[in-house]
Formats: sequence, C-alpha cells, structure tokens
Amino acid sequence: MNTLLELQNVGFAYAGRTVLEGLSFRLERGRVGCLLGPSGCGKTTALRLIAGFEPVMAGEIRIGGQVVSGPAVHLPAERRRVGMVFQDYALFPHLSVADNVGFGLRRLDRAIRRRRVAELLEVVGLAGLPEKFPHELSGGQQQRVALARALAPRPELLLLDEPFSNLDVDLKERLGREVRDILKQQNATAVLVTHDQREAFAIADEVGILHGGRLLQWDTPYNLYHRPADRFVADFIGEGVLLPGAVLNSHTVQIELGALEGEVPHECLQGCAACGRGCHVEVLLRPDDVIHDDASPLLAEVAAKAFRGAEILYTLKLPSGATALSLVPSHHNHAIGEKIGIRLEADHMVAFRAPSEHHAPNF
Amino acid sequence: MKAAALPFFPSPRRLPAIDPWRALPWLFAGMVLAPVAVVASAFFTPAGDVWRHLAQTTLTETLLNTLWLALGVGTGATLIGTGLAWLTACCEFPGRRFFSWALLLPLAVPAYVTAFVAVGLLDYAGPVQTALRGWLGGPLGWFPAIRGRGGAIAVMTLALYPYVYILARNAFLTQGRRALEAAQTLGLSRTQGFFRVALPLARPWIAAGAMLALMETLADFGTVSVFNVDTLTTAIYKAWFALFSLPAAAQMASLLVLVAFAALLAEQQSRSRMRYGDTRPGPGLGRIPLTGARRWLALGFALTVWSAGFLIPVAKLTAWAATVWARDLDRRYLDFVWHSVLLSALAAGLTVTAGLLVAYASRRHGDLLTRAAVRLATMGYALPGAVLAVGIVIPLAWLDRHLSEVAQHFLQARPGLLIQGTLAAMLVAYVCRFLAVAHGPVDSAMQRITPNLDAAATTLGLSGGAVLARVHLPMLRGGLLTGAVLVFVDVMKEMPITLMTRPFGWDTLAIRIFEMTSEGEWERAALPALALVLVGLLPIAHLIRRTEA
Repeated sequence: MNTLLELQNVGFAYAGRTVLEGLSFRLERGRVGCLLGPSGCGKTTALRLIAGFEPVMAGEIRIGGQVVSGPAVHLPAERRRVGMVFQDYALFPHLSVADNVGFGLRRLDRAIRRRRVAELLEVVGLAGLPEKFPHELSGGQQQRVALARALAPRPELLLLDEPFSNLDVDLKERLGREVRDILKQQNATAVLVTHDQREAFAIADEVGILHGGRLLQWDTPYNLYHRPADRFVADFIGEGVLLPGAVLNSHTVQIELGALEGEVPHECLQGCAACGRGCHVEVLLRPDDVIHDDASPLLAEVAAKAFRGAEILYTLKLPSGATALSLVPSHHNHAIGEKIGIRLEADHMVAFRAPSEHHAPNF
Repeated sequence: MKAAALPFFPSPRRLPAIDPWRALPWLFAGMVLAPVAVVASAFFTPAGDVWRHLAQTTLTETLLNTLWLALGVGTGATLIGTGLAWLTACCEFPGRRFFSWALLLPLAVPAYVTAFVAVGLLDYAGPVQTALRGWLGGPLGWFPAIRGRGGAIAVMTLALYPYVYILARNAFLTQGRRALEAAQTLGLSRTQGFFRVALPLARPWIAAGAMLALMETLADFGTVSVFNVDTLTTAIYKAWFALFSLPAAAQMASLLVLVAFAALLAEQQSRSRMRYGDTRPGPGLGRIPLTGARRWLALGFALTVWSAGFLIPVAKLTAWAATVWARDLDRRYLDFVWHSVLLSALAAGLTVTAGLLVAYASRRHGDLLTRAAVRLATMGYALPGAVLAVGIVIPLAWLDRHLSEVAQHFLQARPGLLIQGTLAAMLVAYVCRFLAVAHGPVDSAMQRITPNLDAAATTLGLSGGAVLARVHLPMLRGGLLTGAVLVFVDVMKEMPITLMTRPFGWDTLAIRIFEMTSEGEWERAALPALALVLVGLLPIAHLIRRTEA
C-alpha cells in the first residue's frame, strides 16, 4: 500500500476553543481526497495544518512516511513540498502570469523553467496569456493560474482551499471537471476543502465529512450517499427524510410505506433479538426511493413541488402526517393538494437507532 | 526529499521578551505625545512678565485673528471646493475635462507664495492699483486693503480648497449613484437630487476635506507673516525670537494645541463616517448638461478660481524670476537648493522608514493597543509646526543643559549645545509632523499583501527573508515611493519648523522666501518660490494621473 498522506488523531485548538479533534485519515498516492463540511467545521484549519502553517497540538501528520507535524516536530511549510491553491488565489499582483507560475521554480535553470511554465500554461489552457497580469484576468483564469503555480514545482501533495467558491455556478462545474482531469493527468495527490458537495463529488475519489471538528465518515461519494454512517451525514449529503420504523426481525424494518430489507442498527439487534418486534428505528428515504405509481393504493397528498426540468421533486404528506420526498418525471404534473399514488422502491435500507424521545410509529 | 524535522518549541523556554513590533508604534506615538505634553504643561506654568505683557496687548487680537482665519478659510474652501467638485463631477460645461484635473494644481503652490504674489500685485504700490489710479485719476478709497485678515482668508482659501475639492469630487463620483437614480424615479430633478441626496451623502467627505484645510490654516505661518496678520503661530515665533521667551512661546503653543485638537477631533469624527458604498464603476449617471448662461457661469467660476490659485501666481513668479535670475542665481542660491534637497531627502527617508515600521507593526499585531499607538503616532499632522518646534526644543534644551553639566563635572569642559540647533532636532520634528503622510500610502500598499500571499510564497518554498525580498518589497515599492515624494515636497515647503530649529546658517529655499518677503522684496523671493512650485508639481501630477486614469 502506497500511502502518501496520513493523519493520526490530529487535534488543534484556537483561543481555548477546540477546532479539530481526533482527525484521522489516509490518502493514497494519486488519489484526490476532500474534506467536506459546513462553514466553521474546521476543514480549512485541517488544510493549514497539513500545509504546515500551524503546528498540530495533538497527533501527527505524515507525508510520504515522514512525520512533518507532531508533538515535538514541525517541518516548516516551505520545506514540505506541498502546493496550495488558495480561496482568493493569492496571485502575486506585481508579477505576470508566467512569473507567477515560475515563482516556485527559481532554483531551476532558466530554459528548463521557461519550458515548465509553458507546459503548465498549456495544461491549464492559458498558453496565450503569459505576459498578462493577474488583474487583467477573469476569475476563472486567475484560478487556473493559481493551479498552474501550485503544480509547477511538482509538489508531493496539492491542497485546494475552497478553490471554486468565488466562481459562478456554470464555471464551477466546468472548471471542477477540468481540474480533476488535470490532477489525474499530472498524477497529483490532492486534498480539497469545500462546503459544496457537488464540487466534492465532482472532483474527489474519497470524501470526509467534517462536523464540529470531528470526522464523521471518510468514504467514497457513492457510500456517503447510499450508506451514510451517521444521522448528520445522511442529512448533510443529498436530499431525503427520516421516517420512523419498527424492527420486524434482524433484517426487516416496517415503515408507513411498506417493509424494507437491509441491515438493522447493531444496537437494535442486541436488544430486539428477544422481542423480535417493536424496536424503533429511523429509516433514511431518498427521493428516488419513493416512486409515483397511479396504480398504487397508497396515496399521499402533494404538499409542495419544485420543478427541476426533467423531474419534479414532490414533497408529500403521508396519511400519518409524516413527510416524504419523491422524484418524479416531470410530465407527471400534479397540483398542490392533489392525492397521488406512491410506491416504495428501495434496493437497500439505511436505518438509524431512533432518538430516545422518539415514540412508536402510529400506523 | 530528506529534511531534518525541526523541534517546534525550543526546549529551554526563554523568558517572554518585549516584542519589538509591539514597542515600535508606541515609540513613535511617544514622539508625537511628548511635544504635546511639554507644551500643554506650559499652559499651567506662568511665564511671568512676557506673558502678562502679551496678554495685555496683543493676545486678544491674535486669538481673534486665528479664529476668523479658521472660520473664513474653512467656509470658503468648503463652498468653493464642493461647488467645483459638483460642477466637474456631475455637470457638463465647456472646459470641464480640463478643469477636472487642473483645479488640483493650486495644491502645488504654497499658500505663502500665492500670498506674496497677491500682495505684490494688489498692494498700494503694486501694478493693479497703480494702473487703476492712472485711469481714474486720484486715490482709490474703495480698494480693499490687501494686507489684512480678508486678504489672508482669500489667499488661503485659494490654496487650500483642493483638499475639499478632491474628496468631495471622489464622493460625488462614487457614492450613492443608485440613491440618486432612486431619487429620480421618485420625481426629484437632478438639481434637487444634489441637495437632497448627493450632498448629504458626501457630507463626511466634505467635512474631512474642510477639516484638513482648517488644520493647514491653523498651522500656517508663512502666509500670515506676509499679510502681517498676527496669529498664534506668528505669536509663538515672536515670543521666542523677538522677546526671547521660550516659556511664553510654549504658552502660546498650548493655546494653539487646544484649537488644533478640536479640529482633529472633528476630522477624525467625519473620517469615521466615510463609508464606501457602491463604488463599482459602471454605467453611471450621465452628466447634467448646463445650458445657456449657466454653462458660461460655470466656466467663469472654474476659470477664475484656477487663474487666481495657479495661473496668475505662476505667471507672475516667472516674470519676476526672469528679471532677477541673472543677479540671484549665484553660489548662495545653489546652497539654498542643496540644503532644501538634502533636508527633504533625509526627512523623506527617515519618515518613510518610520511609516514602514509602523505599518509592519500593525500588520503583525492587530490588537487594540497597537492600533491605538499607530493612530496616535500618525496624528502629528494635526500639530502645527510652530508647536512642534517649541515642544521639541524645550526638552532638547533641558537635555543639553544637563549633558553640559555632566560634561563639566567629569571632563572639566563645556561642550556647549550638543543636540539643539542640529539637524537631529529638525528631523525629529519632521518625522512627527509628516509620519501620517508617509504611513498612508505605505499602509495601503501593505494591505494588499494578504496573509495568503505570504502563505502562497511559503508553499512555493520561500522562507522569511526571501518572502520579504521577492514579494513584500516589490509590492511595497510604489507605496514607499509615493510616501517619500509626498514627504520630500512637504518638507521642502515647510516653514515654521525649519525657521525655528535650523542650525545656524542652514537656510533653505523656504527660509529664503521668508526673509525676502519680510523685507518686501517680492521679486527676489520669486526664484526660490518657482523652484518650490516646480517640485510641488511632482506629487500633484502623480495624483492627477491616478485620479483621472
């Protein structure tokens, strides 16, 4: 196994407030990781710790097997061979595009440096603009220069701090795909930090959900969506609702819309083995788990609708009063207040132990 | 890559030392506060006979003159500056483009230069009155006496209105465009919009400009000397150099500090209310085309102010200089130039260095205490030069006396004055007075160096010194240069500090002007004055290029 970056129980506090606690994950060479979380979750701090701008207060960080941050160790940022793309790009305003990109290459021979700069400008699609100055470029172009500058010295690890947050939506998506292609083409190992899950899923191979300074889950985008390990992750990633359910047996849960097969929470199994029925859980239902079917006897009232082009996202009121979401092809256009037939169609189940104040489902 | 891991905490922990970056701003704040404290303490110590004599004879007149001048110039500069700003920013009339920048040119002519040109032209023996007498035959009883309060107010208004003009114009161009558009949709004409929206929005800018003009008026020494109007600044000079009473001078200075402090408070108050709203350049409002007589009135107004403040003084100086240059352009004149340049360059270097240190200190520590120190350190511009001269010479005299006693005790020798009357005293006073001038551009250049730029340079492999050389200095160069040029020109024009604290024989261009005008030899003051105007055009040209680009 070829681990490039490894964090072990990293902790950091600022002004007496814990910012990060027990942060551990590892990233293999050539992979793109992402720390995803709401603002203030500590993700930027984690990036600054990896870059070496701050010392860790607990745990250690290894890059390529070497401890760069630890209780008694702190390799300064300029010696870590870590590149960084900043949220505000931080381009040097007094230098041209070419000089910005070549900034980290000053030890190289002039001709080699010039070739490397040209090569990178080609890669990021700015081959025609080496003489321009940062203020003459658009936001998207500045961001490409920042990426080229960070990649130029061939860092072992590239860090990207909210790299697309200053761009408009269209550009964000296009540039996101491009950046992923560039990273893969350069075989770069990168860690991205963002609050935007679409950005995270578009670029990263592995994503960590950070909340309140703790890492809740480090997984592939597919698993984060379909197998969230935690109620917060389930809520934060994608759309969905939690519906109350009753455990029938070790692999079946009954909810208002029918029975679901899958893994039942571990704790429930222990307590419920004796009774076999009646343990309460909450089941995550994604909008694509609920299908519109005119033939279905199960009716729900349309409470709200959001037109999304190819589909309409209906917010439905179930007979019990609970809410469910359903993603329906947009030619099924129903008015608010109308009752429509729905059916459960989920190929797996995500269930969490019900919070203690939770009452028995009334169906 | 194999790199040795550095221990993050040095193991034998050192005692917490005083961080020099925290101490520095307080050093400079102390340099500003000390003279104020010295002068203020004089307020409570009676200075004996001289003071009593002054109080009984000229003090009332002096105070009245000071107040009238402040009031007159403040009002005049506000009206003229705001009016011209509105005309050039928001109206269209013949010559508007030219006047937009040309109306800044009077800043290059020191008020005392305009003053002696005005007296030379308009006094009883001057060409204007002589010509009028020739035409009308007989004495001109109605012609106003130029040497008096009125003349001084008029000349200083012409020299200082650009402070209001530049700030008000900036406000009109950038502030509240949307608000003006909203006013139009609510049925207000553009002229009504000026009085009900644009003017109220620009009020903090106008007030800040007016307060700057007022501070310059309070600090003025040269102009009132030319007009023979006694104010607190000339009273300080006379108490010191005519009545030879430094304590009485300090007492006068304490009164002036009081007035200047009030002006400073008002200025800081209005500055804190300057909020930059919608400053995006964009499809803004078109200018109001003036029609009929109004366009010619606008042109006439701008032309009159510009001619009186710039064209006529410069033309007259040139004419005078042409008559005397063969006689005056000698070895001594070159000495004046050399002294002026050397002094200004030294002061510019020192002040910019001080400004850079202060700006770095506030970049490193953003805490309340440091910000307070920086603010105090950059308040010296409100202290009139005459006050600073007194406030710095008194402690230096005390120090000299004690050094001399110590020397006598140990060395059996009398070294005389060690510090007083050296360039050092002058330079300290200049740094106090002009620190804000240098700090401003350096600090705004420093603001552009965001923490992320440092971080970016670091991740690209640069450490401390290299970051300074390859990122900070190149980015600060423009600000440092601007600050240096501004201080250079200000020191060259400066009169009271130079006059009162210069080493014996150290005459500069400004001193030469003072001496020639005291003797009424206007022509012979023209050559050094023209030199000052030419140098003064440097920063104005830079300012114009920046604001009109």
